[in-house]
Amino acid sequence: MTAGDLSGFDSAVALLYLAAAVSFVLGLHLMNSPAGARKGNRLSAAGMALAIALTVVVLVHDDVITGTGAGVLAAGLVVGGVGGLISARRVQMTDMPQLVSLFNAVGGGAAALIAIGDALPHPLRDAPVRTTIPTVLDVLIGAITFSGSLIAAGKLAGKVSGSPILFPGNRVLSVLLALVALGGGGVVAGGNGGVPLLLVVTAAALGIGVLITLPIGGADMPVVISLLNAFTGTAVAMAGFVLDSTPLIVAGALVGAAGTILTLLMAEAMNRSVLGIMKGGFGVGDEAHVAAEGAGGAVRSTSVDDAALQLAYARSVVVVPGYGLAAAQAQHELVELCQALEAHGVEVSYGIHPVAGRMPGHMNVLLAEANVPYTQLRDLEEINPEFPRTDVVLVVGANDVTNPAARRPGNPVSGMPILDVDKARSIIVIKRSMASGYAGIDNELYTDPKTAMLFADAKAGLKQLHTGVQAYVS
Amino acid sequence: MTSTLIVAITVFVLGLLVGFEVISKVPATLHTPLMSGANAIHGVVVVGVMVLAASTHTTAGYAVVFVAAAFAAMNVVGGYVVTDRMLEMFHARRGPKEQA
Repeated sequence: MTAGDLSGFDSAVALLYLAAAVSFVLGLHLMNSPAGARKGNRLSAAGMALAIALTVVVLVHDDVITGTGAGVLAAGLVVGGVGGLISARRVQMTDMPQLVSLFNAVGGGAAALIAIGDALPHPLRDAPVRTTIPTVLDVLIGAITFSGSLIAAGKLAGKVSGSPILFPGNRVLSVLLALVALGGGGVVAGGNGGVPLLLVVTAAALGIGVLITLPIGGADMPVVISLLNAFTGTAVAMAGFVLDSTPLIVAGALVGAAGTILTLLMAEAMNRSVLGIMKGGFGVGDEAHVAAEGAGGAVRSTSVDDAALQLAYARSVVVVPGYGLAAAQAQHELVELCQALEAHGVEVSYGIHPVAGRMPGHMNVLLAEANVPYTQLRDLEEINPEFPRTDVVLVVGANDVTNPAARRPGNPVSGMPILDVDKARSIIVIKRSMASGYAGIDNELYTDPKTAMLFADAKAGLKQLHTGVQAYVS
Repeated sequence: MTSTLIVAITVFVLGLLVGFEVISKVPATLHTPLMSGANAIHGVVVVGVMVLAASTHTTAGYAVVFVAAAFAAMNVVGGYVVTDRMLEMFHARRGPKEQA
């Protein structure tokens, strides 16, 4: 876009890009409700198709792209498009978080490459500040996102250890790389550097991305992915400044805001500051191992038959699923059990903590995949008043989010919003062992006299419960 | 500053504000699809790669364009498809049974 009067063609193009941007905004708006969400995503995709088609028309109209350039571009688009299509269609829903993280990584990588590619033919020395500053920001943010998201995806896929990784000199190396990235970036932004220095800055930023993601624990990955998603949006907006491309600036800013809001919501739900998470997860510091107080400390274990009887004769059951359910891929077994209970006239609903699963709302997706209507999925505020009049709560693979210790000050989970499971008439917890949760403290719920522990693997335990319940209901 | 740059900065700031406003109202149920949907939208970077390709004339430049095009296309295509798969699974209670 240039200042002054536009030709008819340029005006039409600018207005159609605006239409695409409007469809992104309206699409996101429709995603406010489960009923309109799919339509919203499709509207957004239609806007994207329009933006891409429009760009093809512009390239043909301007006729400045070389034959080789067009061929290379088309080849790259086909390779990436087919790869993205196949992986998106084949992925298991439990593995979806790492795929989203991978897509986020390549988005950030593409944004960084735009700045580098744009700098190649125009010596940065002669470029105005309005080009050099976004170039540096694009490369820094894009490269950090690229390597950081790859590490996050690796941690979620279990290919990189989920526990915080710290090695001697980690901090020193981080500071060193930050100095190189900021110093080099400053020189380039000031118009005194060339492409080689820009590549040094890129390499340092890639290193920073790895170093800031490695020390973060696996359970904090949702917050990290959300943050990196915001980063990519910002990097894309910077690429828009480099290229003077309005659609990139609008869409990038939108996503930057989206990721930021989600990051804050997630961190708030875990009662942790984003800064605290970036410094490293629970268990890295020297938090004391807090023992359960009061309640006697005795754990009551139960058998499959007793638990099945208890469930079959309850009037209302609330299921509290957690990360362990997703890890054991036991959501289908859970839903089969609940459907058997419902067929028997038991009122079943699901209490979902905002951070259950591996990404915000991930548990809802897993249960939706297993055919649970979203009307049965209740969030924290909705379900907490229901617990006092609930006969049985079935806790599967959730730990810290049910710990009543969160209501008292002075321990690692203090102040974290929890599901008031302990207010129900009785509680059944399916758990493999007494191992503590991510926060590394004992769960006082387990020693509550109303709680019965069913020690089993989530998948096998739920299957046995289903068989047990059927004996009573048929 | 040129008027073009002022317009670009205006668009950026307003885009941020619209994003905050539109997104802060989404229920937790839809956070993952939203994150994935937003992830697909930054796939618009593919438009940037196409613009870049038009001004590329060197071997190094072509290499950058190829990798960037593959990355961006993967982001945009995969992002929308996986979001659609997630949302496809959200449905209201089926059949005649109604629950309050």
